[in-house]
Amino acid sequence: MAIDKNEYQKTVEKIKPRPPVLKNCVLAFLMGGFVCFLGEVLFHFLRGYGLSEKDSYTVVSVVFILISAVLTGTGIYDDLVRIFGAGLIVPITGFANSMVSPALEHKQEGLVLGVGAKLFTVAGPVVIYGILSSLIVAIILRGLGKL
Amino acid sequence: MDFLLSFLVGGVICVIGQLMMDLTSFRVTPAHVLVSFVTAGAFISGFGVYDKLVELAGTGATLPLTGFGHLLTQGAIEGFKQKGILGLLGGGITNTATGISVAVVAGYIIALFFKPKG
Repeated sequence: MAIDKNEYQKTVEKIKPRPPVLKNCVLAFLMGGFVCFLGEVLFHFLRGYGLSEKDSYTVVSVVFILISAVLTGTGIYDDLVRIFGAGLIVPITGFANSMVSPALEHKQEGLVLGVGAKLFTVAGPVVIYGILSSLIVAIILRGLGKL
Repeated sequence: MDFLLSFLVGGVICVIGQLMMDLTSFRVTPAHVLVSFVTAGAFISGFGVYDKLVELAGTGATLPLTGFGHLLTQGAIEGFKQKGILGLLGGGITNTATGISVAVVAGYIIALFFKPKG
């Protein structure tokens, strides 16, 4: 039986299991919120030590990147991502995970093309699009006379 | 109150990412989500909105990757004010350099010393 590509695509869409959207969203909300809550606790702690607001935010991000790197190395982070989805992808811990995870997985490909390159599999696009957007925004603001 | 707002705002931002992955028909990977969030953060920051969100929600706004985009844009803006074009080009990276460096160093060490799973 010959079926065309569109027909096939439609059938796949129909048969493919639907993600449990509500459950996923609740889990993402709870875990994403919890990560930020923990960050806020650390932030207040650092502020108490007399660190400036800006530095405190930086230190919170640094600490969370380190925690995420270790949890990724031990394989725990990726297991948790399967449960909590975007709740652990969107925070900066997810960004750190996206660097460590492919670098670890492809380490046998060598220190340059394995670890070195794969650290930036996701971080590369993130940095590239981040820089491009921020420059575009700044230029737009300049054009509008707001900068 | 700070803690609750951080939890709520951080949670809601993550739900937006979850909806992007669950509700769109084409394949949206975590990489796409992260890139979208950085881009969105950079643009929202330009309107001065993200600063207010950070004031309101603290780490609930700085920890999600939209905060990374916010730092890039604010860095470019501040850089331009101080040093013109050179500042514009360098400010964003300067503002985010600590996080990127730490992630590179930590990632490199972990990748060297840990064994891949499976």
